[in-house]
Amino acid sequence: MYGKGLKPLSIATVAMLALSLSLVFFYAPLDGDQGFIQKIFYLHVPLAIVALVGFIAGGVFAVLHLRSDDRKWDAYSYVSIHISVIFGVAVLITGAIWAKASWGHWWVWDEPTLVSFLIVFLLYATYYPFRYAIEDRDRQARYASVFAVTAGAFVPLNFMAVRMAQSLVHPRTFATAEGGMPGEMMLTFLCSLAAMALLWTTLVKFELTAKSASGQVKRLRRALDAPVAGGGSRIAPEVS
Amino acid sequence: MTPSRAAFAAILAKDLRSELRTLQSLPAMALFSVTTFVIFRFGLDRTSLSGSLAAGVLWATLLFAAVLGINRLFVAEREEGGFDAIRLAPIDRSVLFTAKVAALLVYLLALELVAVPIFAIFFLEDAAGLGPLILVLVLTDLGLAATGTLISSMAVNSRARDLLVPLVLLPLAVPLMIAATGATEPLLSLGGPSYDRFGTWLMVLGLYDLIFGLVGYAVFDFLLED
Amino acid sequence: MELLFAAPALPLDEAGKYVAGAYVVFVVLLVVYVAIMAAKVQRIERELREVAAIAERNKEIQAAPGREAEEAAPYG
Repeated sequence: MYGKGLKPLSIATVAMLALSLSLVFFYAPLDGDQGFIQKIFYLHVPLAIVALVGFIAGGVFAVLHLRSDDRKWDAYSYVSIHISVIFGVAVLITGAIWAKASWGHWWVWDEPTLVSFLIVFLLYATYYPFRYAIEDRDRQARYASVFAVTAGAFVPLNFMAVRMAQSLVHPRTFATAEGGMPGEMMLTFLCSLAAMALLWTTLVKFELTAKSASGQVKRLRRALDAPVAGGGSRIAPEVS
Repeated sequence: MTPSRAAFAAILAKDLRSELRTLQSLPAMALFSVTTFVIFRFGLDRTSLSGSLAAGVLWATLLFAAVLGINRLFVAEREEGGFDAIRLAPIDRSVLFTAKVAALLVYLLALELVAVPIFAIFFLEDAAGLGPLILVLVLTDLGLAATGTLISSMAVNSRARDLLVPLVLLPLAVPLMIAATGATEPLLSLGGPSYDRFGTWLMVLGLYDLIFGLVGYAVFDFLLED
Repeated sequence: MELLFAAPALPLDEAGKYVAGAYVVFVVLLVVYVAIMAAKVQRIERELREVAAIAERNKEIQAAPGREAEEAAPYG
């Protein structure tokens, strides 16, 4: 039962989002260097962290799938990656807005974290055509898991390599005029992080529940010997 | 010799013999590289390269040439039942992975034996940086071989297999390219080779090779299930 | 890139637009996702209706097999 607990989870997500938004705009102090622009950071960075953890989770689920051969893990892996890719779009767009506001350009190659994230995003964007290209569903699930594991191993290595490619490191400090990250900012950041993590989990659960419902309808159709509706995704794993 | 070792040697020998006899991939990769160098000469409007430009042109060309070879790596296995043979043999199936990685490594090194001297002749002022470059080439080729074999083995069983390898392999190859060009750039600088962060970049390459070699070895068995 | 730290922060009204833009993007993506999921749920509802109708028909056929069967298979 995938829907179990979805309601309390979504309520917690809404509450946490409301709390963190309030903290961002009414509680967190203004940054000494960047001023009001810095507020984007409370949106951009938690989204990025949650997306990356989501990609790694996709890899972990993929390992479980390969070891147990239980298709449900493939569904978990696919949905984790799917939601993380969507978060990734938000990360890149908010990152570009932040870059434009901070340095006047929509994209800067000087930011190693943003560049690393772009590369990771480009890799996971190939997950969909990759799945699509493999017709046999069993094989598709297995190969997709191999992809997710490889990509998961890639994430930390990529961040390290890109960071090393920068000869000048830009310390991204969140600071008021005094320097260092004050407690209020840290609290706001942590709340935003928790809110995004909850949002990711809610969306993943939501997606799995919808897939499960579809799967149950198919099951009903089969039980009633009713014609199975055509269509349905070639790549999204079925959940039953 | 253990059965796995024997199988490794057999598969590797078969691949190399087949390539020598038919000469399908290697000449194409070499020709492609040289022509690409010419395209870069005109595209960049330069007759000599050094530093980061030299490193970039060299590695971009080698990478794209490698993709050509990687695309063809498992075609014979697919068409002639090599996958089935491995499934039936009473040995550790991952030996197919290691043998193919070794074969691809040999192809890439052979390619570089031709392409790098020609690159030097076309663009470099002096060849002093080429000696230490060998180390960078070997380590990067290992990484390309590991990841390339993994992706190629999946792509061969799909539609649009020629698209899949470049699509998925290129992002995966980015850290390799970062480290390879990072190490190569000071080697090819105008004033003579320098070894700025050379050891660090070699370590990054080695780490990549280790991680993806292990990942590939571990998951290969699952790829052969049917 | 010392300019990074020397550059003055944008005036509040300009900065506000960028910050608002970022949060708007976030909300829009979220709502687009909800819309896509809404379409999925609608499809599930439609299919359930169809399946319910089929189930009811099957029940009728079972309850009055003679009459229904005759109507359904006139040559049988």
